[in-house]
Amino acid sequence: MSAASALSKSALKTVPAPSTSAAESVLPAGQHGIKEHSDGRFGYVPVQTRSDRFKSVNVADFEAVTGREAVWKHSPVAKFTDLTAGHVDGSRYPVESTPSPDISVEWVPRTDARIGTAGLPEERAAANAWSAFDDALAITVSGEEAKEITVTRSTLGNSTRGAHTIIEAKPFSQATVILQNTGGARLTENLEIILGESANLTVVSLQEWDDSAVHLANHFASVGRDARLKHVVVSLGGSIVRINPSVRLAGPGSDTLLLGLYFADAGQHLEQQVYVFHDAPKSRSRVNYKGALQGQGARTVWIGDVLIGNKAAGTDSYEQNRNLVLTEGTRADSIPNLEIETGDIVGAGHASATGRFDDEQLFYLQARGITEEEARRLVVRGFLTEVVQQIGSPELEARLQLAIEAELIGTDDK
Amino acid sequence: MSVLEIKDLHVSVETDQGTKQILRGVDLTINEGEIHAIMGPNGSGKSTLAYTIAGHPKYHVESGSILLDGAEVLKMTVDARARAGLFLAMQYPVEIPGVTVTNFLRTAKTAIEGEAPPIRTWIKDVRQAMTDLRMDKAFAERNVNEGFSGGEKKRNEILQLELLKPKFAVLDETDSGLDVDALKIVSEGVNRAKANTGLGLLLITHYTRILRYIHPDFVHVFVNGRIAEQGGPELADRLEDEGYDRFLVPSNVG
Repeated sequence: MSAASALSKSALKTVPAPSTSAAESVLPAGQHGIKEHSDGRFGYVPVQTRSDRFKSVNVADFEAVTGREAVWKHSPVAKFTDLTAGHVDGSRYPVESTPSPDISVEWVPRTDARIGTAGLPEERAAANAWSAFDDALAITVSGEEAKEITVTRSTLGNSTRGAHTIIEAKPFSQATVILQNTGGARLTENLEIILGESANLTVVSLQEWDDSAVHLANHFASVGRDARLKHVVVSLGGSIVRINPSVRLAGPGSDTLLLGLYFADAGQHLEQQVYVFHDAPKSRSRVNYKGALQGQGARTVWIGDVLIGNKAAGTDSYEQNRNLVLTEGTRADSIPNLEIETGDIVGAGHASATGRFDDEQLFYLQARGITEEEARRLVVRGFLTEVVQQIGSPELEARLQLAIEAELIGTDDK
Repeated sequence: MSVLEIKDLHVSVETDQGTKQILRGVDLTINEGEIHAIMGPNGSGKSTLAYTIAGHPKYHVESGSILLDGAEVLKMTVDARARAGLFLAMQYPVEIPGVTVTNFLRTAKTAIEGEAPPIRTWIKDVRQAMTDLRMDKAFAERNVNEGFSGGEKKRNEILQLELLKPKFAVLDETDSGLDVDALKIVSEGVNRAKANTGLGLLLITHYTRILRYIHPDFVHVFVNGRIAEQGGPELADRLEDEGYDRFLVPSNVG
């Protein structure tokens, strides 16, 4: 759908196109005040430009989280009040990284000049992390050759923690940075990604936490002139995982590809609020998030905001979210929003669809000799492979294919 | 020589109005290499017979049996039936998101043969079959039935028939919704499959027009859940002239 052609020059328009699809709504029985469409009144926020949201690094500047706020209304906020309201440990933690030429991994003080340059918190959990961290983990990329680094956190444990990370790609540098998360966690954190002129950076945030882990993250990226950021969020493990990337296309000709892949099992809440701000001419963005849901209470949320600012003439953007529902009892929310402040654009579109793998599809595949287990694997692999293949790291892609199949088998006994 | 025997088959389906009896004692024997046409008015239970043979869970077999070379088909899962050599070309093939035709065909062939087909001959076979069915090469990389026109879906069914090489195939209203050119192409495919593998065919149709291109050895008229009359190809000609009126008696099957 292209909203562009219908808009006159300097028009300001918000085009929300929410679509909530629920194979079967899973509303906690007996929980007060929760019913369909309850957000129509309580959470009402007047339409505002996405870039005008309140920002602060100070947690005290934000009211206590109620769950009615626009940014929280899809999240189970009662399950992580310790991260939005409590004290979180901001000290250093163990990190392992693979050696890579021209990439440094080090702890830097809060006074580091890069901190706060890519973005600022817009909600309380992010501000809580920002207020708490002692030192930031800085991953600095230089050198024009292609290279890859994997930075792993596996021993965060189950006490509450606030963290801050910076990934800086120097002008003309090139790298793939894989952030691998395993083990337990109760973590709120901010990640700043800064791309200098013509840098080419891939950042993969991989969530393979233990079943009980809670992870709230805000990623802020600033993409310089002619630079290219590929940002990938892969969420497979964890109880509640909420990764909200926001990318500002700050320099002319900047380009971003935002990919997401998630697989929610029974009881899992996987959420991503994606925001792309076209703030420079000739900038380009593509957003493609795909998720599968399987098992009772599996829940996913995708919100995709694209703002094409009035400085951003000649931009081209497209965002899409696809969900594949494999069983009853799941819920996928998919909400694309497109806001355009200039009529001079090349393209702007969005798409959202949630489909079911249903009994008729299963019958069709079985009628061709394919077993039920193989049929599911075929469909899910086919559905998610499109995203996996775009990551660009063969080793990681192969590992993710296996991880996805493990997800399928892991909940077959639903 | 393979044989598919349907014996005194009674089938019901659950509806909002309760259990509805659809098949009321079907007897039919198909030998390898034979073409049987089942013709009948809408609601007579033709498609129910097709889906019951394939094992769709919606249809409940009350009594009777279906034997493939003496083995009870009704005890087999849907996929086991396909592996045993049965094939159903569906009237309304469903879309399979995320699965390309290529991937689907190879997976099905591997499942049916019990091992992956040799890559070089397989690719050649697929290409040849697609060319024969006038299917564009781009089909291979499209998702199964996604965005296919009615005619494309039917061709895709016959493509599978040709490549999976079943012993017996049931074609459920394969002619419906096809223009004459597509009907010819599809019919050629069916005839080719029969010439190549000598399979037995059960052709389910409302109209006689597909019988101009696929010549049945036997014609069965299906009314009210059972076979009301059977004969040779001349019976189809008579139906063409007279329609089903003389078979229509008041019934509770829509």
